[in-house]
Amino acid sequence: MPKDSGIGASPKRREDLRFLTGTGNYTDDINLSGQAYVHFLRSDVAHGKINGIDTTAAAAMPGVVRIFTGADFEGVGSIPCGWQVTDRHGQPMQEPAHPVLAQGKVRYVGDAIAAVVADTAEQARDAAEAIELDIEELPAVIDMKEAVKDGAPKVHDDLTSNLCYDWGFVEENKPAVEEAFAKAAHVTTLELVNNRLVANPMEPRVAVGDFNRATGESTLYSTSQNPHVIRLLMGAFVLGIPEHKLRVIAPDVGGGFGTKIFHYAEEAFCTFAAKALNRAVKWTSTRSEAFMTDAHGRDHVTKIELALDADNNFTALRTDTYANMGAYLSTFAPSVPTWLHGTLMAGNYKTPLIYVNVKAVFTNTVPVDAYRGAGRPEATFQLERVIDKAARELGVDPIALRRQNFITEFPYATPVAVEYDTGDYNATMDKLIEVADFAGFEARRAESQQNGKLRGLGVNCYIEACGIAPSNLVGQLGARAGLYESATVRVNATGGLVVMTGSHSHGQGHETSFPQVIADMIGIDESMVEIVHGDTANTPMGMGTYGSRSLAVGGSAMVRATEKIIAKAKKIAAHILEASDADIELKDGQFSVAGTDKSLAWGDVTLAAYVPHNYPLEDIEPGLEETAFYDPANFTYPSGAYACEVEVDPETGKVTIERFAAADDFGNIVNPMIVDGQVHGGIGQGIGQALLEGCVYDENGQLLSASYMDYAMPRADDVPFYQVDHSCQTPCTHNPLGVKGCGEAGAIGSPPAVVNAVVDALQSAGKDVTHIDMPLTPNRVWSALNS
Amino acid sequence: MYNFEFEKPATIADAVAALGAEDAQALGGGQTLLPTMKQRLAMPSKLVSLSGIGEMQGVCREDDGSLAIGGATTHATVAAEAAAHYPALADLASHIGDPAVRNRGTIGGSLANNDPAACYPAAALGSGATIVTNAREIAADDYFQGLFTTALEEGEIITSVRFPVPEAANYQKFVQPASRFAMVGVFVAKFVDGVRVAVTGASEEGVFRWSEAEAALGASFTADAVDGLTVDAAGMMADIHATKEYRAHLIGVLTKRAVAAAS
Ligand SMILES: Cc1cc2nc3c(=O)[nH]c(=O)nc-3n(C[C@H](O)[C@H](O)[C@H](O)COP(=O)(O)OP(=O)(O)OC[C@H]3O[C@@H](n4cnc5c(N)ncnc54)[C@H](O)[C@@H]3O)c2cc1C
Repeated sequence: MPKDSGIGASPKRREDLRFLTGTGNYTDDINLSGQAYVHFLRSDVAHGKINGIDTTAAAAMPGVVRIFTGADFEGVGSIPCGWQVTDRHGQPMQEPAHPVLAQGKVRYVGDAIAAVVADTAEQARDAAEAIELDIEELPAVIDMKEAVKDGAPKVHDDLTSNLCYDWGFVEENKPAVEEAFAKAAHVTTLELVNNRLVANPMEPRVAVGDFNRATGESTLYSTSQNPHVIRLLMGAFVLGIPEHKLRVIAPDVGGGFGTKIFHYAEEAFCTFAAKALNRAVKWTSTRSEAFMTDAHGRDHVTKIELALDADNNFTALRTDTYANMGAYLSTFAPSVPTWLHGTLMAGNYKTPLIYVNVKAVFTNTVPVDAYRGAGRPEATFQLERVIDKAARELGVDPIALRRQNFITEFPYATPVAVEYDTGDYNATMDKLIEVADFAGFEARRAESQQNGKLRGLGVNCYIEACGIAPSNLVGQLGARAGLYESATVRVNATGGLVVMTGSHSHGQGHETSFPQVIADMIGIDESMVEIVHGDTANTPMGMGTYGSRSLAVGGSAMVRATEKIIAKAKKIAAHILEASDADIELKDGQFSVAGTDKSLAWGDVTLAAYVPHNYPLEDIEPGLEETAFYDPANFTYPSGAYACEVEVDPETGKVTIERFAAADDFGNIVNPMIVDGQVHGGIGQGIGQALLEGCVYDENGQLLSASYMDYAMPRADDVPFYQVDHSCQTPCTHNPLGVKGCGEAGAIGSPPAVVNAVVDALQSAGKDVTHIDMPLTPNRVWSALNS
Repeated sequence: MYNFEFEKPATIADAVAALGAEDAQALGGGQTLLPTMKQRLAMPSKLVSLSGIGEMQGVCREDDGSLAIGGATTHATVAAEAAAHYPALADLASHIGDPAVRNRGTIGGSLANNDPAACYPAAALGSGATIVTNAREIAADDYFQGLFTTALEEGEIITSVRFPVPEAANYQKFVQPASRFAMVGVFVAKFVDGVRVAVTGASEEGVFRWSEAEAALGASFTADAVDGLTVDAAGMMADIHATKEYRAHLIGVLTKRAVAAAS
């Protein structure tokens, strides 16, 4: 029987009422009295030397308040990077300065050169057109392998080269890995591209800066996934504003997918300009600006090699990846191809020896950083593709090859630094075979054949590390922040609760699922719990939402704070009921004394906490409000198996997804409907990456896929109805809810299934096709069919 | 968007007069022009809306059997009202853009714009339509003159388009996955006196007639008749979605499918 409330129930998302009826409060809905508007004049060349900026005519245009250029930011801090990677030789990565407005050079199409603040947005734009620029175009570097050659133009003149770092992991394993390859019975090699993507949240970025002259306090409203992180980075590193004088508010946010984690120059600009002008300053990105300036995702070029012994056991794995950083280091960019990618290369398999090399490269393109999955999709894609290729080369069943190499005993320490606590990869594979109806595949293939179509079935597994992360561990790995989460639980006198969480919801449904947990713990109705997030002034310091961490880390903090509440409430109840604390039980919102019929309602106790007439004042304080910070002991390791069935039109190369099934192990589940939705969305984006989405710069650094006319997002008719199952549950062993996180799995697990399926379809027609790079456009598939 | 003046005349004559102003421009459904203005790539001094001109609206069967469509008729109206008379044309209109685009965009705007990936040019050329303006009548064969270029003079308005109705016709659109305009579109129409095949989305010269296919299909109106015919890839467009060779290949595939589906 499905439950109708609490953990395991699927109440409808309460936040959807305001989202679907146009009553949300997004950053662009915020208009402050007297606010001015900023328009950024952006570079239309990918690389150039700024010889002069003449703002005289523009400054005289109607409505112009002030025009800022890089010169106004001399002495202001650089946009910081939050993660320092140490290279193979023990040296820190090369870390260029990132000024709020370009100084000396422009480094990508879209780099901001000047900022015009005016009474209206149109006036700001008019004036920007009147700025006279003298920019000497320089040769641009776009291709990563060209960028690291001797003599390549340098993106940053003060760095030794365009190589940010050359990372080896685990460096000490390298000789043993090489030896294993030398001894291998079979080696499968695959070269592939993990295509560059634009995140495209429905809501473009917006920033409103405000300054209160009376209090000296600055406020930034921003489309952010983590307002506290922005407050820390911008306040401490860029503008030098102490945190008690800076408030960051991220109200309703219309999707993030990672690209709204980072601290962007526009946020710093609006905050800075508001103070300089003593006037609120607003910026609303256009969709065109979003394509050019939101951090992009993925963009890896990889060679992967898998060594097997004569019995088809994986004996070693070696990868060589070029990872694009773009022109500057975005907030978490260096960590994505390293600690979020290299550590996942074991996948679901007991490969004993692994060596990962990553060269991170600067190019004249917009910065690249985390996008849904961040590093883990790149790891999963190459691993699951190379295994599929190996199975075909060896003539063995790809599922059998996987099963043979599965990790089956837990906890399992991988050779790439992480320890999986739980999992059951055979169980999710078995479940997949059932929900995807493998048994009916051959009949469906025969039917497709009759219609002149090639049908293919692709399977893959995935493992991911989420619930980021133990602070002491990430600190050792170069993070310049802790990755705990926080919650304050405030119980009101009449029994309702407000949870102030450091997590941030921008589509995940926290306002619905978090109360389910508390409702269960206390035995009250979910409607008595309200979730507050997104404002540094009324939430405890938290690290925000990304890396599928909200429930696993933020939810755990909330559980810990609620445990403190319950412990204190029991003391109050014990006092009133004249019993000992240890004998008090809380069930269904009633405190009772074990073995008696004496009881008190939840509301009686909460009232007593605030009206402490009959209260143990000598032992405990009045009030009922507790805060907890939770620092996880380990990552969580969701895993699963995915299957995709495609039809390929051999005449045109067009691929259609006919079926898609997912069997995930997310540990315990709070709201199955929300989990379904997260998986659906993730698979949609994975299918988008596999078939449609490709961000393309030409060799001069012009963005060719700069609008929806050329950048193909998946639409409803590009995806099938999904079969999604999450009944395989091996609960996480180290967080109080036993949850693992489900936000990114769909995007991580789906691209290899799609590509494996297309390769299967082509091979079924006798074509010797072993790989096609994503996106698998009709043209690419047709070319593969005819090569 | 820069500032502009706006007029909404009720007659063709008033519209022509209003368009006499310097840098004035006709406004159909605005589905192409307004985005261009928002990006500040166009800066007309005045927009003359054609949507209030009654004589430019609607679909009507002429005495000679041809179908006359007012120049300001929306794609949605064509999709609904031409269905009984010219199903292939109605079907083409029903697959342009999305409902919002179809409820605003007009046939006159589409033909005046002559986007190399647009659908209506293939229908007009494939049907041997006549473009009727405030000043003259222009045969489709003379009207399309390359990418975004037509025989229209400055200030000339498409008041209606006259389509001869073929015995059988079909439009096959292979969509560009992002814009969902035609990556290649082929319109095939079989008349008593011959077959016309018009191709959009493919050529560097814009919409064109594939004369080899017309000849072969004139002799035998079967998909097999197109076998062995190829289009030279040299003159095709290439972009991030499709190579010249792929576009040339698609023309053959889509032509065969159009013939097979023609009704
Ligand atoms: C999202 C989207 C998807 C689309 N998909 C497709 C598609 O799949 N296939 C397709 O074919 N098209 C597509 N279009 C284009 C659409 O069909 C437009 O409606 C059409 O190109 C222009 O028609 P309009 O009436 O909107 O013209 P407008 O944008 O108003 O004007 C376009 C040009 O034509 C001129 N003009 C307008 N009317 C006349 C007239 N009667 N006489 C002379 N000049 C005139 C204007 O001055 C302007 O120069 C799409 C558009 C959008 C926005």
